[in-house]
Amino acid sequence: MTTIADPLPAGTLRSKRLPGDLAIWVFILAEMLAFAVFFASYAFARTKNVEMFNLYQQTLDRNIGALNTILLVTGSWFVVLAVQAAHRDDRAGVPRNILLGFLCGGGFLAVKVMEYAEKFGAGISLSTNTFYMFYISLTFFHFMHVILGMVILAVLWTQARRGKYGSHDAHGLESGAAYWHMVDLLWIVLFPLVYVMR
Amino acid sequence: MKALKNPAHRAWLVLLVATGITWYLGEVGAAGTGAIVAMLLIAFVKGRLVILDFMELRGAPLMWRLLLEGWLILVSGLILLAYWMSLR
Repeated sequence: MTTIADPLPAGTLRSKRLPGDLAIWVFILAEMLAFAVFFASYAFARTKNVEMFNLYQQTLDRNIGALNTILLVTGSWFVVLAVQAAHRDDRAGVPRNILLGFLCGGGFLAVKVMEYAEKFGAGISLSTNTFYMFYISLTFFHFMHVILGMVILAVLWTQARRGKYGSHDAHGLESGAAYWHMVDLLWIVLFPLVYVMR
Repeated sequence: MKALKNPAHRAWLVLLVATGITWYLGEVGAAGTGAIVAMLLIAFVKGRLVILDFMELRGAPLMWRLLLEGWLILVSGLILLAYWMSLR
């Protein structure tokens, strides 16, 4: 058996632990509850206008929605890799993966801006109908969270470049990463709900 | 296949495939109870992977796992209820 030589993944030997700060998790839960209310409002508003919701949902570009899912999922993956790099003291890997995650977020924003430009260019606004009101407000609320997530990643990147995160201390990195994953988690529900489910 | 020992890599691959399936269901115009249940199940599996392998809550105190996974159950449950109401 060579188990002794194998480095165990971080956390295996420690007792159960929550990554990052407790405060960030409380904040994440509060954000998630707000989105839960928003998602449920969409679903229940739809019950009163099923035909209208189904009709206008067809005007959304599912390819772009799926592409954005891939960008966020991949961005999240890079950030986990950054946390893993910190735990094994790979000092170069931390900022590199944070930067790659940040770029995925930038890609998401660029795609979303093109999508909005197309919709707003067609004269669609919050007051067009209930479906578009939900589509614009839900996706824009999420969009703001992607921006905040990217600001957090930018801060983590500057800290990581100074070598702040390693096996001795990855607390701040884990907290920021958790927020970034929340942005991903929310989109994973938002995409099928608004773009696909009918 | 050594890379697949990393749960983050596995989660990423499954997330990409699952996103492809949801996209495909949209392309073929899947609608109704079966499609809704399938898409909610896919979203649930995806969300759970993000919670356990990206947020790394697999080894977190049970309360936090329950809070996050409970959110996923609550949200999918409410969406399912609303869609079920609209199908009646």
